[in-house]
Amino acid sequence: MQALKRGNSRLAVDTITVAVTAENALSLLAPYDIILDCTDNAPTRYLLSDTAVTLGKPLVSGAAQKYDGQLCTYNLGPDGPCYRCLFPSPPPRESMASCEETGVLGAVTGIIGNMQALEAIKIITGLHDGKPSLLLFSALGSPCFRSIKLRSRKPSCTACGSKAYDRSIMLGTDYIQFCGGVHPDWEQQGLTIGDASHRINVNDFKGILNSGRPINLLDVRPKTEFGICQLPSSINIPLKQFLMNPKEYLPSDPQIETYIVCRLGNDSQIAAETLRRVEGVGAVKDIIGGLKAWSRHVDTAFPIY
Amino acid sequence: MASISIKVEFSGGLELLFSNERLHRLTIASIVPIDNHTPKSEEIIEGETKLVDVTFLIHYLRDNLLKERVELFMENNTVRPGILVLINDTDWELEGEGEYVLKDGDDIVFISTLHGG
Repeated sequence: MQALKRGNSRLAVDTITVAVTAENALSLLAPYDIILDCTDNAPTRYLLSDTAVTLGKPLVSGAAQKYDGQLCTYNLGPDGPCYRCLFPSPPPRESMASCEETGVLGAVTGIIGNMQALEAIKIITGLHDGKPSLLLFSALGSPCFRSIKLRSRKPSCTACGSKAYDRSIMLGTDYIQFCGGVHPDWEQQGLTIGDASHRINVNDFKGILNSGRPINLLDVRPKTEFGICQLPSSINIPLKQFLMNPKEYLPSDPQIETYIVCRLGNDSQIAAETLRRVEGVGAVKDIIGGLKAWSRHVDTAFPIY
Repeated sequence: MASISIKVEFSGGLELLFSNERLHRLTIASIVPIDNHTPKSEEIIEGETKLVDVTFLIHYLRDNLLKERVELFMENNTVRPGILVLINDTDWELEGEGEYVLKDGDDIVFISTLHGG
């Protein structure tokens, strides 16, 4: 906010530090002329779209993930489409990874954020042509930008269409359920203790490494992540490759124990479970909480990424 | 038999269903079965035919290029509702949706909504 004030001392900035919900969205956003969606999850995107429709305000929506960005102004003018006109239902839960999981290039968010600001300025100053369009950005694409001509408002839309008489979609919607439920906390799930004969915590595992007895240590993360950091003597077999033929990665001596590690302790459980189903397999354990737990409890110099 | 060449692109995460390749260049027959199945041979099509349209293309992609998880791409004989289809940079709804007849050189984009920020 101070940076904004330095740029223009006459700005009036209201800071509201509460989470937007179906209960408070209308009252929070009613005083403003334009809504900008800079959020990072599908439930909030649907909520903001429905709010914009109910309040009759334009919604400038920017999204970015990995190398891609999308920018669209919804509910603009008398017949601009809303988010639901274009995407009546959210992508399946399993295909929606968060930015934290897949990453996003900082420059991509910068480009989309700037374009979003520009779009808002055009609307405020009356320089916008009022035509609905969707801008797609792909850092790796050629060309990087493409502008798509969009349909007008969809008469059958459940939020803004002619059949949405009562405009009460917000009251009856559980946005999180609509988008497939709560986002799983992978770190927490990776830390579930589980069956003691199947899982081992990082401190006990450290003891095994220190004892110097031979073990078979498999790291099932993708190759790039293995390249960032790895435990000594670990062998990298990315999960996909591992699942195709798990037997191949068993030690020749069945007395040697197999330990499996990954980043947070989820993929390693899948790998260990698969391996245990192989006939004649010796002891197989996965490391609880993965390398993140290792870094937290055993070796604080080990990189967290 | 005559065929046409088109460009098919996947974006917004959909490329993950298609061997993680965003861009696919396809050559497909210009006359296709009306029930949208991919004929075994281009020469002999049994039963009724139609000019190749976007609905056929969707079935063709499912049967020939889709690597996993059909339900993430199709529902009720069309793309699932969360997928937007663009025909030469225009929302397919303005072009007749699935009934749009493909022409040589057309650029068809399948895009899923991004929600990250």
